Amino acid sequence: MNFLSIFVAVPLLMLLGLWLVKGQNGIRAVMVAGSTILLIAAAVLTVMFLQERAVNDAEMLFTASFDWIKPLHIKYSVGVDGISVAMLLLSAVIVFTGTFVSWDMNKEYFLWFTLLSAGVFGFFISIDMFTMFMFYEVALIPMYLLIGVWGTGKKEYAAMKLTLMLMGGSAFLMCGIFGIFYGAGGETMNIVDIANQTNGAHAIPVEVQHIWFPLTFAGFGVLGALFPFHTWSPDGHASAPTAVSMLHAGVLMKLGGYGCFRIAMYLMPQGAQDLGWIFLILTGISVVYGAFSACVQTDLKYINAYSSVSHCGLVLFGILMVNQVAATGAVIQMLSHGLTTALFFALIGMIYGRTHTRDIREMSGLMRIMPFLAVCYVIAGLANLGLPGFSGFVAEMTIFVGAFEHADTFHRFLTIAGCTSIVITAVYILRLVGKVLYGTATNEHHLHLTDARWEERFAVICLIFCIAALGTAPLWVSNMIGTGVAPIVDHISSFATNASFNPFF
Amino acid sequence: MFTYTILILLLPFLSFLLLGLFGNKLSHKLAGLIGTFSLGVVFLLSCYTAYEYFVTVGRGASGVYEAFVPYNITWLPLGSLHFDMGILLDPISVIMLIVISTVSFMVHIYSFGYMHGERGFQRYYAFLSLFTMSMLGLVVATNIFQMYLFWELVGVSSYLLIGFYYTQKAAIAASKKAFIVTRFADMFFLIGILIFGYYTGSFSFSFVNELKLADGVAAFIPADASRAMAAGSFILPTALTLMFIGGAGKSAMFPLHIWLPDAMEGPTPVSALIHAATMVVAGVYQVARMFPMWIEYAPQAMSIIVWVGVLTAFYAAAVAMAQSDIKRVLAFSTISQIAFMMVALGVCLPGHETVLDNHAQLGYMAGMFHLFTHAMFKACLFLGAGCIIHAVHSNEMREMGGLRKYMPVTHFTFLFSCLAISGIPPFSGFFSKDEIITACFQYSPVVGWVMTGIAAMTAFYMFRLYYGIFWGTENKEAHAHHTPHEAPWTMTIPLIFLTFITMTCGWIVNFGSFISASGLDYPIHLDTKIAITSTVIAVVSICIATYIYKGEKQPVADKLQAAMPRLHQWAYKRFYLDEVYQYITHRIIFKHISKPIAWFDRHIIDGFFNFLAWGTHELGFQIRGFQSGAIQKYAFIFLLGALILMLIMIL
Repeated sequence: MNFLSIFVAVPLLMLLGLWLVKGQNGIRAVMVAGSTILLIAAAVLTVMFLQERAVNDAEMLFTASFDWIKPLHIKYSVGVDGISVAMLLLSAVIVFTGTFVSWDMNKEYFLWFTLLSAGVFGFFISIDMFTMFMFYEVALIPMYLLIGVWGTGKKEYAAMKLTLMLMGGSAFLMCGIFGIFYGAGGETMNIVDIANQTNGAHAIPVEVQHIWFPLTFAGFGVLGALFPFHTWSPDGHASAPTAVSMLHAGVLMKLGGYGCFRIAMYLMPQGAQDLGWIFLILTGISVVYGAFSACVQTDLKYINAYSSVSHCGLVLFGILMVNQVAATGAVIQMLSHGLTTALFFALIGMIYGRTHTRDIREMSGLMRIMPFLAVCYVIAGLANLGLPGFSGFVAEMTIFVGAFEHADTFHRFLTIAGCTSIVITAVYILRLVGKVLYGTATNEHHLHLTDARWEERFAVICLIFCIAALGTAPLWVSNMIGTGVAPIVDHISSFATNASFNPFF
Repeated sequence: MFTYTILILLLPFLSFLLLGLFGNKLSHKLAGLIGTFSLGVVFLLSCYTAYEYFVTVGRGASGVYEAFVPYNITWLPLGSLHFDMGILLDPISVIMLIVISTVSFMVHIYSFGYMHGERGFQRYYAFLSLFTMSMLGLVVATNIFQMYLFWELVGVSSYLLIGFYYTQKAAIAASKKAFIVTRFADMFFLIGILIFGYYTGSFSFSFVNELKLADGVAAFIPADASRAMAAGSFILPTALTLMFIGGAGKSAMFPLHIWLPDAMEGPTPVSALIHAATMVVAGVYQVARMFPMWIEYAPQAMSIIVWVGVLTAFYAAAVAMAQSDIKRVLAFSTISQIAFMMVALGVCLPGHETVLDNHAQLGYMAGMFHLFTHAMFKACLFLGAGCIIHAVHSNEMREMGGLRKYMPVTHFTFLFSCLAISGIPPFSGFFSKDEIITACFQYSPVVGWVMTGIAAMTAFYMFRLYYGIFWGTENKEAHAHHTPHEAPWTMTIPLIFLTFITMTCGWIVNFGSFISASGLDYPIHLDTKIAITSTVIAVVSICIATYIYKGEKQPVADKLQAAMPRLHQWAYKRFYLDEVYQYITHRIIFKHISKPIAWFDRHIIDGFFNFLAWGTHELGFQIRGFQSGAIQKYAFIFLLGALILMLIMIL
């Protein structure tokens, strides 16, 4: 048994433990112990990875493979590179803090929550397309119940919408995966093997790539909130319980960007080179459109959901630029957005739990009433608008510098359009902060509300610490991610764009 | 060498962390002491750095002060480029260290008195430390990206400090406005940086300075030849102009100045530090930093700087004449004076024999000189205004008048600073302004005369302000109710110190021996004709202001106002520019972009997906009749199908 499987085994053991224990304290003990082990495991893995990386330049490290469904060549293959290590670290942090945020939830909730995290971890360690897809589905299904049962507002509608749209995406994805499998000769599902097949230019015929690339990219793009497939995000986030929003926006949306990069682009490089421009335009729209939409929303969670559309758009924007710097930036943006949005949703949940409203017109002057939460909210806002010292700045700057490597008008135009988002982000963040936190309290019911409890404080501080650490010392993370991005980007850019498919070339 | 300079950045940062994290556990006094003490050390270190840099190390073999880079680490690798963090010491950054640490230290001391007993005292000192750290980081940046990073940080500290009284609506709106307007400008700065980095293959200032050392020999070697061609002709001027837009936003140049007057909602010491002496000159500093690039690659584009500067200087001076809030007058005067510095940098001409030529580029020295002197006297004016506001609890001039009896120290320091800004010898402002006007005359007589005219307006509105506060009609009713008193010593000592600098720094040291375009020693010599002309004009303006505003009754002022009501109203309302912006942001951006996009998202795109779901549901509903479970129905359909099939086969 390869030790990467710990990341799946621990959540499964936690499920068992949750099933056995009784009482709220027992549940808490299992959750805290399990998520702490996961966090430690992720940290240990990072250290081991960095040491191993220094001496071993194989693309995936710590690989292991077991036959699962032999006739179909489906294997349980695991392995990590710089990108997946970063993602595992992110997931561990979010699961850990999510546990503290949902302190008072009951057993069933935690069962689904843990299953969801098992799916997420499994997704990031797999290098077999089918296993990856399976974990992907494992992560999606609990979402339906978590929102439908423990959600707020129009929860049934939102849960249904979210699940159906993401399932629609998976349908595309499934077609795409089998397309790749058979296109590549039908002998292996292993991502690295498919990419490195060298019969001819590339194992998958170009025509086939042109069919399956858009489908696969769109399939993952739904989860990555790609315009116009993003509409599940505002409703879904608004209705989801706090920790689920955190996990969903913080980690699950990253599955989309990760999959687009690792499967759609890496395995079908020619398709990516020829047809990437379509998605590049869509991401450009996402970035600006999401930001503008966020400006006029009145629900805290809607603002944040649209902000996520904008920031996740930047993730896909970065990877579609197909160069080392921009793609590294995109992965940093995944980390940054994951942490920042998780922090935001955690705080929104805490505020909502006290005021019982998320409408910004009904709140004001919270700074005096709950100073700790309000100050953290301001910090989250500043991190979101890309203030230096926080992770967003590092990510955005890396993406923009990378995007500028393309000197043609098309890319230039999109990059400059992307840059405008930093201004619009400032507009909606400051509008929100000014309305909700500053000023004097107008609602007298709010005057007696209490500030954060210790477990809430702990979760929030953990997240802020991670955001600030990534923002002040980005060098090692950037280098680690760079080692993961380099082979993929090299592989994709070794294929030249066929100008007849690209009107902007 | 200079390894201790890291402390100049670290100390305020540590003080920020300490006060920010544990501030509410500390008493007001202790928090203030921590902040002030760390700034005191920074002040001493800056002075020592300057002493060591200019005196101990001195000029190198080629007769210029060499640049030192005691620290430079790669903070973030960006492919072939890299984002470094470090400390660069050269004449302009060392002078800026002095300016920032002096004013900041004075403001720290002053705030002890001014903010006494305020709620959030610790937070105030934490933000002050954050600001000081960011500003110091900005000026010692070794590359344009590091400058941008700290540029954003000063922006946010300014936001936090303007919004210090966060329960007041005006303060919230002002802080938001300041941040968004400067952020909008920063976007252009960022794009400029991206273009610059891509085409020159570096973000570093070192080759900007190499140019200075190499005396016009092409030290500018881009990554490849095609980039070089693009860079030389069109791209580099574009990049520099975009960066200038960023600078114009921070330095409140027309038409991006609208945030600065509103920023006066912050505590007055903050206005003195951030919105008069340091942050708002960041744009000037940025142009000065990129100056070798401007002069070598974009000399034509520099006329943009000149005309933006002239327009701003005139506009702000005109508006300042009609304002009644004393901080607003000072704010517009700041805008006008920064525009003077910008004009000074813009009017530099390409050198005759070498690229960098002290005589042709007198404006470079003059701009930095004015930056230095202006920081001191404007900080003093703002702090003075703070004492006055502290005494009468109002910003409005009509609440004041006749205060000279009550507040002698404030009165005299204010008077001397007014004389300095008006350009009366031997105060420092005279020397620096005179150099600027000389440089303007070299560039074109039109600019020269216009700037002289604006200098006259400056003298006029400053003395209108001075008489309005200390002479004029006394609001006896208000003063009887609450007698104004002199400020405590923590507030007056900074005033005296800054006034002392203002009175002496013009003639004691020769500024040209520290900063000049080529780096070589440049003895300042006053152009007698221009010096006399401008002094006479300034004195005449002051006399007019005295005639109009000194008396108890002001018949002339009232008559003037009555004669031109429209003009006065327009100037008072700042020519309605804020309303124009309000219209653009609220009407156009919110109402005609954001609202339709949000509607489109909810109704068209989401509607489409809802329609899909509804369609599927309806389809299922319609065809579910086929699965009724009734055998007869199945048999019937089966038969029907078989018949149709047979029919098709037969045919």
